[in-house]
Parts: sequence; structure tokens; C-alpha cells
Amino acid sequence: MTSDEIRAILLKCLTDVAPDIADEEFAEDADLRDELDLDSMDILRWVQGIHKALGVEIPEEDYGKIASFEDAISYVAARV
Amino acid sequence: MAEFVMPSLGADMTAGVLAAWRVAVGDRVSQGDIIAEVETDKGLIEVEVFETGRVERLLVREGEKVPVGTVLAEIDTATVAVSEAVSAPVPASAPGLILSAGSSGVDLDGPVASPAVRRRAHELDVSLRGVQGSGEHGRVTLHDLEGVARSSAAPAIVGGRARISPYARRIALERGIDITELRGTGPAGAIQARDVLSAKSSVPEVGKPASPAERMQRAIAAAMTRANDEIPHYYVEHSIDMGSALAWLRETNASLNVTERLVSGVLVLRAVARALRKHKTLNAIWQDGKSVPSEEVHVGLAVSLRGGGLVAPALRNTDEGSLTDLMARMTDLVSRARSGALRSSEITSATITLTSLGERGVESVTPIIFPPQVAIVGCGATLERPWVVDGQVVPRPVMRVTLGGDHRVSNGHRGARFLSALDRLLQEPEKL
Repeated sequence: MTSDEIRAILLKCLTDVAPDIADEEFAEDADLRDELDLDSMDILRWVQGIHKALGVEIPEEDYGKIASFEDAISYVAARV
Repeated sequence: MAEFVMPSLGADMTAGVLAAWRVAVGDRVSQGDIIAEVETDKGLIEVEVFETGRVERLLVREGEKVPVGTVLAEIDTATVAVSEAVSAPVPASAPGLILSAGSSGVDLDGPVASPAVRRRAHELDVSLRGVQGSGEHGRVTLHDLEGVARSSAAPAIVGGRARISPYARRIALERGIDITELRGTGPAGAIQARDVLSAKSSVPEVGKPASPAERMQRAIAAAMTRANDEIPHYYVEHSIDMGSALAWLRETNASLNVTERLVSGVLVLRAVARALRKHKTLNAIWQDGKSVPSEEVHVGLAVSLRGGGLVAPALRNTDEGSLTDLMARMTDLVSRARSGALRSSEITSATITLTSLGERGVESVTPIIFPPQVAIVGCGATLERPWVVDGQVVPRPVMRVTLGGDHRVSNGHRGARFLSALDRLLQEPEKL
């Protein structure tokens, strides 16, 4: 799976959680919580979406490794 | 015949747009069914019906904006009511069932009154419910009725419906005037056109129409202004060591499937609900000048909307069921709050509100009570702090919790006891 394919799936999972960000541009290297005003429940739902779509399970202690969208792509790419 | 009216979905709401009907004339409906969608400043709300029966008439067209209390539909509950009337023995002392004037249904709930009295009540637009009759067997007399109508204490709103002429109602709507704020000068305190014309509009006269976000902010401002005007707030604060709760959460989540993981917010939500079981004074609604404690705990969860705005829908019976179940309900509620698909009962049934601003890193919040509730709980961030445990200073995750209470109902002492109870509950997360 290419990085672009993972990017597209992760973005789809993110807009499922927060539909209102669909048309928003955001910095992929910034902290997602700050950048998109996500809370811990949003992050959990995103993690659940990623698990459902790609079968990658992200344990809680790894949440720090998916802090930015860019980080999350790298994290998932290494495990998919 | 029961009337399905435009509900008041919050202390600040004066009117709503009937966005869509989910039923048609002739449909059978049961209590709790969603039968309409109403557009409010809080977004699109699904409205439930409180009666069981058959939809007799739909009185308001889709897209029409009507004041709170306007009859939207008539539900024929006669079949149910009559079968109950037949099976229920009539007490020997009962003076008999009275047919209400202008209605084909049997009024089983209202007080006893002659047709003439009922006719006069209709003319004065006074509800007979709750009127103490001075006649034989508590029969309401014309004298009683005129007394109620004349009474200066009689509000312009009776039984949820405003005494207002249709013309005055229309002008009020056009000018954005809150009719619940008006004192009528007409017969029996009815609001007349001149009362509306002399009132100040809350809508700016110039400029483009307000956006949904602006309307929501205006609604929030109205509710908070009322809270600040009417409620003598007091505050108590407490710092809670969240070490045990978070350790338990980490351990639990590690063993759970990702779809069942919990967030710390759900522990706090449950602990607040359980603490309220013993502190019912804080779990109450201010109604008719007094506090009415609720046996059931329905915590309203303040949810901020990304486009701006705030709603606080209730999670019913927050103190019951498993944590996994509460987590699922909370996730569903928050996601519907953000997508604008809340139900009327969720908007109106909260008995207290919980607001958590910790996610944004602030240490504490001093929240304003959401009327008609009488208390609110605010949580700040859980931050690593130097904490003394067994005589040693150690870093611990500490959360600052604030309880805002209504001095008409409780005092700081009660608030302090509640926060202590909340602290104790969070030290034993496995019992939540």
C-alpha cells in the first residue's frame, strides 16, 4: 500500500469523525488536537476507524506517535 | 384528544421552525416516538411525542416558524382514554365525568367545572388544570375562574401556552420579541399588539440575517444572561488526584478491544452521576419558584461545536449501566450533537450539566448554571502536579473540579460534600 493510499484512508477516517473539517486545509505536521480542535474522544474514534479500515491497532501508549497527521501516516505505513 | 405542541427546547427558546413531519395523518404513534424535526438555534432537533394514539390532524406546515406552545398536531388518544375510563371504577363520591367544552374527548384530568365555566375559561384562555375549586367536590366556579384571571400573579403563559392574540403573536415573531418576557395589558393579562409594539426587539434592525452560529451564540447569551440575572451562584473547588483512575483506565484499555476503549471523561461523567445519588439537592430543576429534585440522574454534557456554539444534551440515567455502555452512549450523543441530530428529550431533560475544558489545557473553569438546572460541574485539565502522598512529594496527575451551585437551593457546604464524594468515587474507579 502506498503512502498516498494510506493518506487517503486516514483522511477519510478523520472526516468520518469530524465531517466539518472535510473542506479545511490543515498543516500535516502540526498537532492534530490543536490544528483541528479534536478531543480525546475524537482521537479514539479516529483510531477505531483506522483499525476498522486497515486492521492496524494503535495502543493507547502509542497515541503520542500519531500526534500529527504526518506522524500517523508513517506509523500506519510501518504496520500495515 | 392530546395536543402536540412546539416544545421549549431550552430556557432561551421562544420559537422554532417545524422542519419536517415524520408522521402522516392517521398514523399510530407511541410515547417516545420521534414524530417531527424542529429547527432551533441549537440545530435540528428530533421531537418525541408524549402520548400514545393516532395522529388526527397536522396543523403546521413544514417550514413554518411558530412560537413555543403552538399546537402542531392533534393526537387522538380517545381509544386509550375511553378504555381506561371503562376499566377504572368511578369513585362513589365523584360528581361524574365532565365533557370539556369544544372538545369531543373526555377530560379525565382536569378539575370539575360546569360547561359555562369551561366556556368562560376558553374565552379567557385560562387553563383549568391546577385551579383550586371552591364549589362542592372542588368544583371550579365562575368566581374562582375570574379570580385566577384577575390575579396579578397570573403569568401571561398558562399551561405552556401564551395568552396572546394571533396578530400580536405574528408581530412578536417578525420583530424577534420574546413573548415570555412580556406583561400583557389585555383581559386576564393577555398580550396585545400594543404590548408587543412597545417592547424592544432583540433582533438588530439593520444588517443581514444572522447565521446559524450567530443565532446559537445569541441563544447561549440569552440563557447565560438569565442565569446571571436570576441565579445567585456560589462556587467551591477541589483538586482530585486522578492517579488511581488513570492507572485503572490504562490497564483496562490495554485489555479491551479498540472498539471498547474508554476515555477518562467517561469515568468523570459516571462519578459525577453517582455522587449526585447522595446529593439530590444539586440534581434538580427550578420550577415555579422552587427546586424540584430529580430521582433520576440525567447529566447534560457540554459539547462544543467546531463551527462555534455549544450544546449540552443529556445522557439519561447517567448513573446506571456499564461503563462500556455509557461510553457508547456518550460517543453517540457527542457525534449526534455535532452533526445536528439531537432529540428533544435530550435537549430538555438534563438535571445538571458537566463541562470539561481540560482537553484544551486550562486548569480550571468557573461555569455558569444552565437554567432551569440548579448546579453545574466544571473540570479542568488533568496535569502533573507535585502532590504529597504518605509524607512524600510525588508527581501526580491532578484535576481541578469546580461545582457551581444555586444559593436559592443549596449552600457551599453541600457543594463541598458533593466534591468530596466525587473525589472518593474517583479513587475507586473499578466500582464505577
